[in-house]
Amino acid sequence: MSFVRSHVLVCGGTGCTASDSPKVIAEFEKQFAEFKLSDEVRVIKTGCFGLCALGPIVVVYPEGTFYSSIKVEDVKEIVSEHILKGRLVERLLYKEAGAEGHTHSLNDTQFYKKQKRIALRGCGVINPEEIDEAIAYDGYRALATCLTEKSREEVIQIVTASGLRGRGGAGFPTGMKWKFAAAAEDPVKYVCCNADEGDPGAFMDRSVLEGNPHSVIEAMEIAAYAIGAAQGYIYIRAEYPIAVQRLKIAIDQAKEYGFLGKNIFGTDFSFDLEIRLGAGAFVCGEETALLASIEGHRGEPRPRPPFPAVKGLFGKPTLLNNVETYANIPWIINNGAEAFAAIGTEKSKGTKVFALGGKITNTGLVEIPMGTTLREIVEEIGGGIPNGKKFKAAQTGGPSGGCIPLSLIDTPLDYENMASIGSIIGSGGLIVMDEDNCMVDIAKFFLGFTTDESCGKCSPCRIGTKRMHDILEKITVGKGTMEDIALLEELCTHIKENALCGLGQTAPNPILSTLKHFRHEYEAHVIDKRCPAGICKDLLQYKILPEKCAGCTACSRVCPANAITGEVKNPHVIDQAKCIKCGTCVQKCKFEAIIKE
Amino acid sequence: MPNCKTLVPFHGTKEQEEKLEEVIRTHKGEKGATMPVMQEAQKIYGYLPEEVQVMIAERMEIPLTEVYGISSFYAQFTHNPKGAIQISVCLGTACYVKGAGEILNQVCKKVGCQPDEITADGKFSIDSTRCIGACGLAPVMMINNDVYGRLKPEDVDAIIEKYM
Repeated sequence: MSFVRSHVLVCGGTGCTASDSPKVIAEFEKQFAEFKLSDEVRVIKTGCFGLCALGPIVVVYPEGTFYSSIKVEDVKEIVSEHILKGRLVERLLYKEAGAEGHTHSLNDTQFYKKQKRIALRGCGVINPEEIDEAIAYDGYRALATCLTEKSREEVIQIVTASGLRGRGGAGFPTGMKWKFAAAAEDPVKYVCCNADEGDPGAFMDRSVLEGNPHSVIEAMEIAAYAIGAAQGYIYIRAEYPIAVQRLKIAIDQAKEYGFLGKNIFGTDFSFDLEIRLGAGAFVCGEETALLASIEGHRGEPRPRPPFPAVKGLFGKPTLLNNVETYANIPWIINNGAEAFAAIGTEKSKGTKVFALGGKITNTGLVEIPMGTTLREIVEEIGGGIPNGKKFKAAQTGGPSGGCIPLSLIDTPLDYENMASIGSIIGSGGLIVMDEDNCMVDIAKFFLGFTTDESCGKCSPCRIGTKRMHDILEKITVGKGTMEDIALLEELCTHIKENALCGLGQTAPNPILSTLKHFRHEYEAHVIDKRCPAGICKDLLQYKILPEKCAGCTACSRVCPANAITGEVKNPHVIDQAKCIKCGTCVQKCKFEAIIKE
Repeated sequence: MPNCKTLVPFHGTKEQEEKLEEVIRTHKGEKGATMPVMQEAQKIYGYLPEEVQVMIAERMEIPLTEVYGISSFYAQFTHNPKGAIQISVCLGTACYVKGAGEILNQVCKKVGCQPDEITADGKFSIDSTRCIGACGLAPVMMINNDVYGRLKPEDVDAIIEKYM
């Protein structure tokens, strides 16, 4: 292995790839060649750094200088100034929102300061397509320890003692799951990984697989050793081509190094791993549906018990964990259960990765200790709400979760607290909403999703989600009554109690939590026929303020419905019967004379 | 129901059929091979018309109902061809709260067809997808394999014109 004086790390995650990072990487290589630096400096394509909003991200080591939003044309300057002469390119340094001056190093930023990277360790540090880099970053050390120094019982004991709980959403204690699967008596068992990250707005599993796929492979092998399995499957969404590709490369390299296959590390433990691609069905995130899909059937859930630990894939005992859960395992083995249990709250140990999205400055991926408050996430790590708008609510847990209003922003986020305020941590999607978002519309959005994704097997979900969506539709077009709200609540309770699987049982959550915290918005739609956020089109009216209108005719010329009339230099009027509420006139008006109410 | 029946005549070639047979040969007898075979078949033909589903069922010796059951269950399988240029507008949560609905409307207006449809000349098709995982760049759309992020409705026309 040759040594170089400096490494330039460029993010190759999906977000930065979309922001043209492959071209930036190619340009670095070209410039290194032109400046004859190719022998002393190396450019490395890494996984996700987390700060997707400011991609492509470039970090220069050994200094750790943090450049953001780098364009192809900026590369030459970084090479000629920073790499060649050691002078920082001030104008390209990451600038903290609201802060004065620049931040030189990654770890000094508000965005990273409060983070603790366990599941995401390696992401944005190593080249995920090089197993040597994974090994240099402790990869496969935990597996070696387990296989050569620890008994199966000891491994399960460590996982149990760490307090790790399932990161896919339900939060079931991982150690207990392993114990059940280990106790099942059958010569054939399976270990599976749920990488069917269907919750819209969550992308931590994808980032782990793109940034450090070896950590998941290693953890699945540790699990297989602990429960006595020899075959594993990773079920991953076909919508994640980069993750699939890197996982394939990682599996091939692990096989080549003898870390996967027969007699691993010279022991009698053998394990083989296959990838199965999902085909776009949200319900396949449910464990029994996922196993049905791996078997090649329609991904429909079945009643439990029997639990997969007893009767799972192909009728055999099966252990199924989520990507992020697995990604914690090697760290726990290497650092000890106590070190993990020391992080977090009493019943929720360790860290959780959240995908910050929506109306927030620093959109991206953050890993924080359990028990961090929503305020710290939104205001400090997330950099607040852009455009001077006010925080209204944060939606967590996707279509199975709920909203956290401003009054509860100081709640420490852990499994118990979230449940008590009517939401869930779920897979970790965290969408921030400002005053311009209508909560009834958001509930309708999620119900539209669950109606589409209901597999149709049980009637509470198949019919119930559709009926709930119908009522929300009725409310948002201004035809709702107070009886509808009561009916909606009744339906929610029935569906929660009677649906077959997690999808149906949690589908009413977005409605229940918005009704709990934003009932006044529902009532405004029903009683006043008004949408306070100005989102529900049928309840809107555009009006021209005669005192501000200069009669420039700009609005009447762009109106696609010819709804605006008036003479030049005289105030115009909108014919409400013709108006299609497209809002084009508002954009055109230079005098702020058109208002939405 | 837009995706339950094939609406265009089938024009499969001998070459495609041979490729499919090869795929079936390599997977036959493997546990849970139905979906991987169907995914490969869709790559070969671009979609899964009735004729292809019959071929898969007969050659894998499984009931046609099972193949159809799978193809109509999963969103990724399509019974009708997609356009040469596929536009997918993300309607995931992060994109939705940032106005993805307006983006989709503008795309439909510019291209001249509705979501899940294909233009008369077969050039464009539009889909709305649920999260492509680029939430940091919301709202997002994908045209074939190119991702366009941080979109505004007024950007849409110029982007699509590049493909026209």
